[in-house]
Amino acid sequence: MAVASERNDPRRELVIRPGHHDSEYLPDLWRYRELFYFLAWRDILVRYKQTVIGAAWAIVKPLLTIGVLSYIFGKLAGMPADGVPYPILVAAAMLPWQFFASSVSDSSNSLLAGSELVAKVYFPRLILPGSSMVVNLIDFAVSCVILVGLFVVYRFVPSPAIVAVPLFLLLAAVTAAGLGLWFAALIVRYRDIRHLVPFLLQLGLFASPVGFSSDVVPADWQLLYALNPMVGVIDGFRWSILGGAHELHAPAVAVSVVVAVALLVSGLAYFRRVERTFADVI
Amino acid sequence: MNARETLANGLANLARRLRPGGVGVRRVESEEFWALRDVSLELAEGDVVGILGRNGAGKSTLLKLISRIMEPTTGEIRIRGRVGSLLEVGTGFHPDLTGRENIFLNGAILGMSRAEIRRKFDQIVAFSEIERFLDTPVKRYSSGMYVRLAFSVAAHLEPEILIIDEVLAVGDAAFQKKSLDRMSEVAAEGRTVLFVSHNLGLIRALCKRGILLEAGTVRFDGTAEDAVRTYLEGLEGSAAGELAPNVQRHGRGLVQLRRVEAGAPVDSGGGLESGRPARFVFETSPALPGLSCVFDIFDSLGQHVTYFDSANTSLDDGVDDTGESRFVCELDELLLLPGRYRVDVALNCDGELQEHVEGAAVIDVHDGTSGRRRIVAAPGYGSAFMHHRWVCPRGVGPNTPKP
Repeated sequence: MAVASERNDPRRELVIRPGHHDSEYLPDLWRYRELFYFLAWRDILVRYKQTVIGAAWAIVKPLLTIGVLSYIFGKLAGMPADGVPYPILVAAAMLPWQFFASSVSDSSNSLLAGSELVAKVYFPRLILPGSSMVVNLIDFAVSCVILVGLFVVYRFVPSPAIVAVPLFLLLAAVTAAGLGLWFAALIVRYRDIRHLVPFLLQLGLFASPVGFSSDVVPADWQLLYALNPMVGVIDGFRWSILGGAHELHAPAVAVSVVVAVALLVSGLAYFRRVERTFADVI
Repeated sequence: MNARETLANGLANLARRLRPGGVGVRRVESEEFWALRDVSLELAEGDVVGILGRNGAGKSTLLKLISRIMEPTTGEIRIRGRVGSLLEVGTGFHPDLTGRENIFLNGAILGMSRAEIRRKFDQIVAFSEIERFLDTPVKRYSSGMYVRLAFSVAAHLEPEILIIDEVLAVGDAAFQKKSLDRMSEVAAEGRTVLFVSHNLGLIRALCKRGILLEAGTVRFDGTAEDAVRTYLEGLEGSAAGELAPNVQRHGRGLVQLRRVEAGAPVDSGGGLESGRPARFVFETSPALPGLSCVFDIFDSLGQHVTYFDSANTSLDDGVDDTGESRFVCELDELLLLPGRYRVDVALNCDGELQEHVEGAAVIDVHDGTSGRRRIVAAPGYGSAFMHHRWVCPRGVGPNTPKP
C-alpha cells in the first residue's frame, strides 16, 4: 500500500499548461531538496574516489598554485607586499578565485553532463547547476585549512575583520551562480560555448587582483575595473584577512555587489525562460 | 545548432534586409512536426493501460508529457497524484559509485525520499540478487547485474501513477519472470499504470485497457484485448505482393523494397506448409554494391521468431545473374508451426540501413508434414517445429490392441 508521501497530497490536482507555471516551481524546489543533496553527494564521492591521493587533492592543488604564484610574483617580479608574507597574500586571493572558477566551470557544464537526467526524469532543472557548486564549497573549506596552516607557518595573526569572509564568499557564490546559470542554459542550445568558458575564466583571472594588488590600478580605471565582481570578492578577502594597509574601497565593492546580483537575477530569468526546451534540445 | 551558425544566419538575414533592393529574408526551411495532435484521454485511478503503436506513433512523447519532462505546445494536462516514470532503467547510475550508493542515487532520481529508500533497501537488494557485490563500483558489474539492480530500484517505486516505457525486458529469463510478477503485483495494488511496450503478449497479460496511437492520434481506446487485435489488423493490411502505401518504412532510402512474395517454390503464390519447402522473394529498386537483405518473422503476438540475413554468407548461397534486383531465400523445410506470421524486411548497404519495412508481408502457414509426421496447428503452443523421434514404452501406442 502506498504510504502517503510528503511529496504530494494525492487529492491535490496539478495542471500542466504551455507557458510558465511558476506557481509550482518553488514548491517543487523544496520537494526535490533531497535530490539536490544526493546530486551534491554524488559529485563529492566521485571527485574523491579512485584518486591516488584521495581527499588530499583538495589541499595539494591550491598549495601548488599558491607556491608557484608566490614564487613568480614575489621573488621574480618583486611585487609590493606591505609586510605581509607573499604566500598569504596570494592565498587570500587564490582561495576565493579557485572556488569561483571551478563553480562557474562545473555549473556551466552541469546540464550537459546531466543530459541523461534532463531527458528522462522530471525535476526542477535549477537543481543541477546548484548542486554542482556544493562540491566546490567543500573544496574551499578544505583549502581554508591551508590558509590556517600558512598562518601558523608564518606566525601571522589575521585581522579581526576575518569574520567578514563568509560575506565575501557569498558574493563570490552569487557571481558564480549567475554566470553558471547563464552558461548552463546557453550551452544546452549552443554547444560550442562550452569551449569559451575556460578561456573567459582565464581572462578573468588576469583581470582580477589575484597576482597583483588593486592599488596598482590607476584611479581613472578603478570604476571600470570594479565591474568585475571578483574584484570586490578578492579585495574583500584580502581586507578581512590581512587588514592593515589593505583598505576596502567601498564604492568598488558596491559596484561588485550590484553587478553580481544583476548577473544572478538575469541568469535566473534566462534559465527559467528556456528551461522548458531543455528536454527537447539536449 | 551552434552559436556560430545562429549568429551567421542572423547576420546574413540582417545584411539581406539592409541591402538596397534586397527583398525577403531567407528562412531556414523547417517543417512543423506534431508528435501528438488532438489527443484527449482520461484515466481513472486504478486503470492499468497499455499504450500501443508503431514506432513514431507518439507513445514516448505521451509519456514524457505526463512525466512533465516535456511541456505541451497546446492543450492541458491535469494530474492528481504522484507520478513515477520509468523511461529507462539505471538513469543516473554512476559507474564509479558502488551498488549501495547507486541505489540511493537512482532512488532519489526516481523520486523516492531518503527515508523511503532506507526502508526498502533490503527488499531492493534481495530482489536484485547482488548482495555479494553491493559495495563494488557498478562499472565492475556484468551487464546482467547492472540491469537487475537498476530494475530492482525501479520496481520498488510506489507512486500513485506509474509510467513504464518498454523497460521490462531485461535480464535473463528467470529475472524477466520475476520482473513481470512484480509488475503484475504493482498493477494489482490499485495503482494507475501506463505501460508502453511492443510486446503484445505482455500488454494483454498485464493491462485491462488499451490505447492504440497512430501517427500522433488516438486510433483506438478500449480493452487491451481489442486494442491488440486492432493493432495487428492494421499491421496485416498488406497482402503479399506490392507493398501497401501506408506501410511503415524508414531508412536512408538509397535502395527500396518493391515487392515481397512468399510461397512454395513450385508454384509461386501457393500456400506455405509446415515442413515443406518455402521460397521468399524480395524485389528491390536497383541494387547497390554491398546490399544485403534481412527479414524477420514475428508470430501473431508480435514475438520475434527468427530472422534470415543475406550478409551471413555460406558456400551454399547462389548468385542471380539475370540482372534483376531481387533477393531469394529458399528453405528446404519451413520449420514454422501452422499459423499466421508477419514479415519485417530490412535492406542494408554495407551495414547502413537503407530501408526497414514493418509488416512487409503476412504469411499463413498451413498444416503440413515433415518426413512421415503430420504438423498440425496448435494455437498458442509456439512457433517452431523441430525434427524429432519418440521412443515410447511398449504397449502405450494408440494402435496397440486393448486387452
